[in-house]
Amino acid sequence: MSILVNNRTKVVVQGLTGSQGKFHAQKMKEYGTNIVAGVVPGRGGTEVDGTPVFDTVEEAIRQAGANASIVYVPPAYAADAVIESVDANLDLCVCITEGIPVKDMIKVKRLMKTSSSKTMLVGPNCPGVITPGECKMGIMPGEIHTAGTVGIISKSGTLTYEAVKQVSAFGYGQSTCIGIGGDPIIGLKYIDLLEMFQFDAQTECVVLIGEIGGQAEVKAGEWIKQNFNKPVVSFIAGQTAPKGKRMGHAGAIISGGDDTAAAKMKALEKCGVHVVQSPADIGKKVAEVLGK
Amino acid sequence: MDLHEFQAKGLLRNYGVPVPDGGVASTASDALRVAKELRGDAWVIKAQVHAGGRGKAGGVKVVNSFSDVYDVASHMLGMKIVTKQTGPEGKIVRRTLIEKATDIKQEIYLSFLVDRDSEQHMIIASAEGGMDIEEVAEKNPNAIVTERINPVTGMGLFLGRKIAKKIGLESSLLNKFADVANKIYNVFADFDGMMLEINPLVVTGDGDIVCLDAKMNVDENALYRHPKIEEMKDYGELEPQEVRASIFDLSYVSMDGNIGCMVNGAGLAMATMDIIKSFGGDPANFLDVGGGADVNKVREAFKIILTDPKVKVIFVNIFGGIVRCDLIAEGVLKGSDEVPSDRSIVVRLDGTNVEEGRRILEEGAAKTGLNIVTADTMADAAQKAVELAAGEDYNPEKKKTAAKAKE
Repeated sequence: MSILVNNRTKVVVQGLTGSQGKFHAQKMKEYGTNIVAGVVPGRGGTEVDGTPVFDTVEEAIRQAGANASIVYVPPAYAADAVIESVDANLDLCVCITEGIPVKDMIKVKRLMKTSSSKTMLVGPNCPGVITPGECKMGIMPGEIHTAGTVGIISKSGTLTYEAVKQVSAFGYGQSTCIGIGGDPIIGLKYIDLLEMFQFDAQTECVVLIGEIGGQAEVKAGEWIKQNFNKPVVSFIAGQTAPKGKRMGHAGAIISGGDDTAAAKMKALEKCGVHVVQSPADIGKKVAEVLGK
Repeated sequence: MDLHEFQAKGLLRNYGVPVPDGGVASTASDALRVAKELRGDAWVIKAQVHAGGRGKAGGVKVVNSFSDVYDVASHMLGMKIVTKQTGPEGKIVRRTLIEKATDIKQEIYLSFLVDRDSEQHMIIASAEGGMDIEEVAEKNPNAIVTERINPVTGMGLFLGRKIAKKIGLESSLLNKFADVANKIYNVFADFDGMMLEINPLVVTGDGDIVCLDAKMNVDENALYRHPKIEEMKDYGELEPQEVRASIFDLSYVSMDGNIGCMVNGAGLAMATMDIIKSFGGDPANFLDVGGGADVNKVREAFKIILTDPKVKVIFVNIFGGIVRCDLIAEGVLKGSDEVPSDRSIVVRLDGTNVEEGRRILEEGAAKTGLNIVTADTMADAAQKAVELAAGEDYNPEKKKTAAKAKE
């Protein structure tokens, strides 16, 4: 088992003809992901490296059997692309695009809350989702991952790779790794994914990587304390970040006093989470917790 | 992106929100001219810098004569404003806003922001205007009223009236407040605001509602659809390195330490700063070269670090995913070529094309005599960078003390 994606996931790439879409579709195919279609409005009927291109997501579902989409559409059009996937009722939409205005995401989330669509959204501004050995929907380097028992949830891309590498170095593979994205308004959040990991028999431990800004990590901690019965290892980036400055991610800005890294680490520790102070200790802590 | 008070007030004025008459002056004689045009017998002179808490730092003065306008403006222009938000280095005042003084009967706090939790816009209001909202939250949390705004319907007059009631405004002011609050919200929403704070919004002696201050932050990601707002960007508020970084679309934040960092990915960049700190060192900057970096971007990023005089050692931490290590190595060599330096460069490369990247760096270093130190892990690299930056002063005990202090 695993969560969100597996070897039955059939992916449609929205924005397949763009340089990013084309490059990463190729990489995903090489990894073994089942890419069944591309969607590029106005280019229906063509092909990119053997993958059929359709005008709409609905056609990609009907004619190619897609059940999940990945969005590489530029920021000005990305929210619309996500809405198209939601409207088409796909199981999953992973939005890689960075730089979508917050106001657009507020609209997307409102639509998702009020519509009857079952679509789950990961991102935007994220590296995507990978279930090692089965399906890679994203831009992460596939070769660093190995199948195993550790679930990883993170706001960051490269810091997730760092965690994967460390966990793998201690001999542990991953069940599913999810980059939830660094924006203020995102699709699936920590708690949504923890709920899924709770019921995933393959997952024995979860690594939760957070950063400054917002209250998501603290809320996750409270939820873990009440509901989660697997060990959680956590690192929060931005202990040295100054107040009021945006640290790359649109969401990574300390605005009050309780969204600092220190405050979040303390809150998580109180909830029984294994918090590491140094990003170099993530793998070691996982090994300690899983007791090998 | 932060707007100046006068810029935000300009937007509000265009939407029919009452703001005091005023004008911007960058010299004392300009200030005098503005005051004379405004007429009256009392004016407020306000320093235009991106920082809250200006009043306490001497950046807001009320004056009652033309000669005082001139004297106070000439003193304020060029002075350094130091507040909690600017840090110890402060901000130089290059412009002032001269406004007609307002007859204040009551001060209200009103702000709009993005609420991540409910994934909606949010209003915060309080009858205790003129004070820091953080202070009110601490001392009298019951005085703060919050409401969420439905993105489909917008704010609506009813929500304005509801807030007016909750903060205890007189009935005669309900409709007027609701109207002004809605217009302010429209500015916030139409221009993709992340935050718009009016503190204070005042009731005048004549019973009018006027915005005395305005602090606005706009979503950088939405600037493509607001070219006029983008033109308002004040590069004078940024460090020289930050200006260069913004030209090349790099995320850069200047810090006080001496270890320059070049990293890919915002999370890893923050974590790199953290690990430097955990070894007892201090980062000179946050720098994310981003996911789609090419050789030129890396070269420019590296030059920005090299031209920062406080940098003693450079720490390159790359986990190649989309960004290839060989391309990073080439960029580093090109940057060093253009800005010669004998500073040590600690390099940790991992991920895509790592061997190729290491080979390019080694060959480059052999040819140019660059002082490159390689490391396999993030921790190893951080330790080496901190040791090199400290030079002979390096004291491994400092790490322990720093860790202890944290506990």
